[in-house]
Amino acid sequence: MRLAKMDWALAAILGVMAIGVSACGSSSSSTSSVATKIGNGEGQLNLVAWEGYAQPEWVKPFEAATGCQVHAKYAGSSDEMVTLMRQGGGSTYDMVSASGDASLRLISGGNVAAMNVNLVPEWKNFIPQLQSPSHNTVNGVHYGISLQWGPNVLLYNSSKVKPTPTSWESIYNPKYRGAVTVPANPIQIADAALYLSKAQPSLGITDPYELTEAQLNAAVALLKQQRPLVKKYWTAAADEVELFKNGDAVIGAAWPLQTNNLQADKVPVGELIPAQGATGWADTWMLAAHAKHPNCAYKWVNWVSTPKVQAEQAISFGETPANTKACPFMEQIKKGSCPKYHANAPSAYFESIKFWKTPVKNCGNGKTDCMDYSVWQKKWTEVTA
Amino acid sequence: MNATARSRASAALFRRPWLRAALLLSGPTAWFVLIYLGALFLLFLSALWSVDSFSGKIVHSWTFSNFETLFNVPAYRTIALRTIGIAAAVTVTDILLAVPFAFFAARIASKRLQAVLFVAVLIPLWSSYLVRVFAWRLILAKDGVLNWALGQIGLGSVNIGYSNWAMWIVFTYVWLPFMILPVWASIERVPDSLIEASADLGARGWRSFRLVLLPLILPGIVAGSIFTFSLTLGDFITPTLVGGAGSTFIGNVVYQEVGISNNVPFAAAFATIPLVVMGIYLLVARRLGAFEAL
Amino acid sequence: MIGTGRWSRVALAVWAALIMLFLFFPIVIIMLYAFNPSNVQSWPLSGFSTRWFSSTWHNTEVRQALWLSVRAGLLATAIAMVLGTMAAFAVDRFRFFGREAVSLVLVLPIALPGIITGMALNSFISFNSLTFSLLTIVIGHATFCIVTVYNNVLARLRRTQSSLVEASMDLGADGWQTFRFVTLPMIATALVAGGLLAFALSFDEIVVTTFTAGAQNTLPIWIFAHIRNGQQLPQVNVVVLFVILISLIPVALAQRLTRDTGMLRSGAQAPDAGAAAAAGAGGAP
Repeated sequence: MRLAKMDWALAAILGVMAIGVSACGSSSSSTSSVATKIGNGEGQLNLVAWEGYAQPEWVKPFEAATGCQVHAKYAGSSDEMVTLMRQGGGSTYDMVSASGDASLRLISGGNVAAMNVNLVPEWKNFIPQLQSPSHNTVNGVHYGISLQWGPNVLLYNSSKVKPTPTSWESIYNPKYRGAVTVPANPIQIADAALYLSKAQPSLGITDPYELTEAQLNAAVALLKQQRPLVKKYWTAAADEVELFKNGDAVIGAAWPLQTNNLQADKVPVGELIPAQGATGWADTWMLAAHAKHPNCAYKWVNWVSTPKVQAEQAISFGETPANTKACPFMEQIKKGSCPKYHANAPSAYFESIKFWKTPVKNCGNGKTDCMDYSVWQKKWTEVTA
Repeated sequence: MNATARSRASAALFRRPWLRAALLLSGPTAWFVLIYLGALFLLFLSALWSVDSFSGKIVHSWTFSNFETLFNVPAYRTIALRTIGIAAAVTVTDILLAVPFAFFAARIASKRLQAVLFVAVLIPLWSSYLVRVFAWRLILAKDGVLNWALGQIGLGSVNIGYSNWAMWIVFTYVWLPFMILPVWASIERVPDSLIEASADLGARGWRSFRLVLLPLILPGIVAGSIFTFSLTLGDFITPTLVGGAGSTFIGNVVYQEVGISNNVPFAAAFATIPLVVMGIYLLVARRLGAFEAL
Repeated sequence: MIGTGRWSRVALAVWAALIMLFLFFPIVIIMLYAFNPSNVQSWPLSGFSTRWFSSTWHNTEVRQALWLSVRAGLLATAIAMVLGTMAAFAVDRFRFFGREAVSLVLVLPIALPGIITGMALNSFISFNSLTFSLLTIVIGHATFCIVTVYNNVLARLRRTQSSLVEASMDLGADGWQTFRFVTLPMIATALVAGGLLAFALSFDEIVVTTFTAGAQNTLPIWIFAHIRNGQQLPQVNVVVLFVILISLIPVALAQRLTRDTGMLRSGAQAPDAGAAAAAGAGGAP
């Protein structure tokens, strides 16, 4: 009797809801015209940024100069950045430091607005490859201002890993079983593909982001072999720092940020770009389509494009500035940093990095049998399950 | 409202109990049905939709593809079983840890000690969950506190940082107060006379406990287990912070799909697993009287 | 009687002490590492530094996060108190269709994994095109806080007699006066205990809040971001140390309020404190 009464109650509730449910509508799109001048700051700026991209070192002076209070939401992967920018109809955050594998998705999803490069005078001093790159400029329209770029490096504990590694093979080697760490990010498949492009040339991999099914499966097989060696797939940069510091990992894939943080903490680590080359990222500050604080956004982009701030960020994170005039400032802050990060002779180095981009079906050579990103995500879940 | 209008209104309400009930219920019911239940319903409805992978927009056509993926891809089965398994292990461990403690606190400790113990059990709940889990990272790390202590007493070292063992320990730790409190409350509710009667009738310590006390405190234990089980089942933060390579939980996949891949339909589909498991658990718990012990 | 044997008493006391050690050891670590001179936590502590205290104090972001958490907690608790009390009265005083379902439905936001509640609310907010703001955070928190107040008040109502209300009305008081002078004092301490626990729940909540907040930081969100970023980690420890010390006040208050109603060896009625604490704190993550 009691159970029946409760069942009826629940059924009644569900019935009411069923009557009320209807298909939901889609969000309205808005065309925001490109700004022609920068107005007064709105007092606030909400950023979606990579860890290390909004350090107090350059944020505090910015806040003091413009009155725009900066709130940074840190994201650990491009996927997360795309989702954050889409949240709340795209008006929650103002800018995002998108890498090449997020930028095109944001552009095609209508989540970012066109930007006026004339409002950012430093843009003229950027290296030519980053003034209008295909990952943030579509049909001549700029959807963001390039920021910095850099490689994904091999990080190792120099007192526990001997001899010094020279190849990506080291992170797939059972010698370091249970002490390897790599990023928890489906784009990591490209790193495996990059290694295979040199280790197994018969696979015919030319671009690690354009993989046919057979090539993708080979990369996934390699990652599955690696899985028992991995202590943890790191999600936050700080995770990897702690893994190395407390002895849980001795070798892995990292951003130069982790190396800098570990060395600042007197942990004996080294980094290198192995023989097979490296994947990397080229980041762009993009403006949200429905940004609530566009003036502060433009002020921010101007600020971080100046040579001094470019130098500060480059050294702090361990990346290369887009602004060619940053080199002398880098030398001022830390001698030797300019050549170390190739800020003075970037072209050949630039060409050697395989920058992140979103895998799509179009293989770029007339064929369309490449695996797109949703397949990569599914395969990655299989690897890390 | 002046006094006579108020008395007339309250008299009218007094004569119509159904109206009073309706008014009282209106607030909470409206809140729950419109905000929570409606949203829940829509969420699980969306498990039958899918998402366009490049633009991220939801495609409103009915399909079972999400559930097909869940059944066909073994990875998800592994994740679900691991989550449920660890949730069960954590629940059992917490029960074993909590019951003797609660017994001591309820029946043996003096009044003053009881007050101290009560405050002591509540304090951890007021210190950030995140930071407590984070502290365990340091304790269980290779060069961390645990191995240092083991080294001091000459027991070598263990490598349990970033593993399922670590998760089991950490989950047991964070949910322990949630198990202690209802068990303590239910032990308190057992009148002394019952235990004394059992002893008078010849049952010794353990037998009395097993045959008299345990059945009486079972609702409290089940009430506590609702929380330890459910909280572990849905958690994704502890696996992210202290989990290792093979520690993905249902919550991680759901969070990943919602917060990162923006594939809400698939996340909703996967979330039906903890929903169903908890639904069954709650119905069983109700039968065992846990809701009165909540 | 069980446990009166000497050996059992000692064994159980030792067990209780070990459990206390287990519960507090990580908390001691947290407080200790507020003095960590380095950014990275490693063992043993490489020194002793109080520099993080001043930098945390001057950190506007953490102060804003703390204040937002307090505001969200107060608002959510207020809503939970009103709605929870209404529901408790309805269930205790009347027989109606769906009465048994109420307890089950109210406990769902806590009993179901937070991630489901979070996703559901996130969809609700997006569907109605609301802005993610303090309002949405409060909506989320109030939803799972209602049950803690409900349980507490219901337990108390079950132990009071409705004849008091009738007596009051016989003596000429109208509905409002009866509520204010008779009913409210009866449930006051249960209400406050439930409210305190609702506040605790809301203050430390992270999962549902992640799904219902916009660019704002509540304290747990700020903490999570800083754990990820790892640049000023000891600031997190400093903040938590501060919160633990401050929270001694409401915890002691909760203990005193529920002292004569439960958790002590009265051998009598339903102890609401433990019940409420358990039901209440359930949604912490």
